[in-house]
Amino acid sequence: MAQEKEDIIICRCQEVTREEILQAIAEGATTVDGVKKRTRAGMGLCQGKTCERLVAKIVSEQTGKPLAEVFPPTFRAPVRPVATTAFLEEETDGDKI
Amino acid sequence: MNQQYYEPDIAIIGAGAAGLSAACQAAKAGADVLVIDENRLPGGQLFKQIHKFFGSYEHKAGVRGYQIGQALLEQVQQAGANIMLDTVAYGLFPNMELGIIHQGKAGTVKAKKYILAAGSKENYLALPGSTLPGVMGAGAAQTMIHINRVLPGKKIVMVGSGNVGLIVSYQLMQAGAEVVCLVEAAPQIGGYGVHASKLRRAGVPIYVGTTIQRVLGETQVTGVELVDLGPGFQPIDGTQRTLACDTVCLAVGLNPMTELAWMAGCNFTFLPALGGHVPMHDENMCTTLPDVYVAGDITGVEEASSAMEEGNLAGIAAAEALGYMTPEEAKRQKDAVWQRLQVLRSGQFGQKRQEAKQLQIDTTLAFLKGRRGGGQA
Repeated sequence: MAQEKEDIIICRCQEVTREEILQAIAEGATTVDGVKKRTRAGMGLCQGKTCERLVAKIVSEQTGKPLAEVFPPTFRAPVRPVATTAFLEEETDGDKI
Repeated sequence: MNQQYYEPDIAIIGAGAAGLSAACQAAKAGADVLVIDENRLPGGQLFKQIHKFFGSYEHKAGVRGYQIGQALLEQVQQAGANIMLDTVAYGLFPNMELGIIHQGKAGTVKAKKYILAAGSKENYLALPGSTLPGVMGAGAAQTMIHINRVLPGKKIVMVGSGNVGLIVSYQLMQAGAEVVCLVEAAPQIGGYGVHASKLRRAGVPIYVGTTIQRVLGETQVTGVELVDLGPGFQPIDGTQRTLACDTVCLAVGLNPMTELAWMAGCNFTFLPALGGHVPMHDENMCTTLPDVYVAGDITGVEEASSAMEEGNLAGIAAAEALGYMTPEEAKRQKDAVWQRLQVLRSGQFGQKRQEAKQLQIDTTLAFLKGRRGGGQA
């Protein structure tokens, strides 16, 4: 990648740049989850659906780990963007609150 | 809890090519089937395919994609499966409950078997300017023209010459846009000759051995900078040139939508030819979890006809597992599906997928054997 020095946004949701991801790896991140925890890449609305692959590729290039061993981050509910009200309404209908 | 609660025999996530096929088979066998989809219309990608499919008669050669979708939908309805739209599956939990949001309200599905048919998502390309308004996935552009009836732009540069890039370029032209060119990093066109020829006859250049180096523009796309690639895909200095456009479509591959399978605890294997990490599954499309099946692009990126056949397999196998079909009848039907799948996965374009799919199944069987025998996984 003999790309110019100008910085590229990798995670659009959280506006995390390639430079910041390289920095996180230099500081010890060896997994997509590690990069996520340090930079918030993959923590936005799309939950990494856009950037996860790109982060995995950078982790692989920088650490020398084959892509087969660079796993996606841990997926937790909700895996799709969901309005919190979907859960709130259900409780106000009942006897709580 | 006065949540919505559903207890079907089989819950299918995704009402696309694979999910609808699975629903049709399982419901025909007598199972109580619930199909959920986050979209407001069923059919997944099928209804965006206005081109004629080709290949064999059995695989609807000569029929347009959306017509295949309509016919499939009718069969599903006749078979008696329930389709619940505007319903997001937000999690498949280790206790085998599926969390859903139906029309904005939370609910729970507790099915005996699940078939995950969530499809795939588009790969993204990060380069200078790629966050400018006007840069989008080719699939997104296709959804805009066919579902939303909106033209994403007037002058389009398409990155990638696989079938998605070729087909969407032609459809954008049919919708009234000008396609400036297609750009392909590889030294040859990625997709079928028939699709590429249609573009060439229309005078659209396809630049192979070329990549996009940056997207130009301040507040929106105004052009692209292209560069020729030499050996090892290295840009050749001095070959840079700019082209004016207002939209850049990325058709640089797809990858499986596997979140629910990871969450549920399915085991995965890595197969680059299928799009990366894919859930292990056996010849019944059953994952390493006995109640979770997979079908279509989630198992590895292929195309609509294979997705439908994998859906058929999963639907038959899940119905059989629940006792709705005798093993003999199920075997007869599954053998027929496998024969058709072999045909789809042959030839110049299919052979690599065939090998990868076989490896996927072999890896799974070895893994399951290891687990049963107490050996190493």
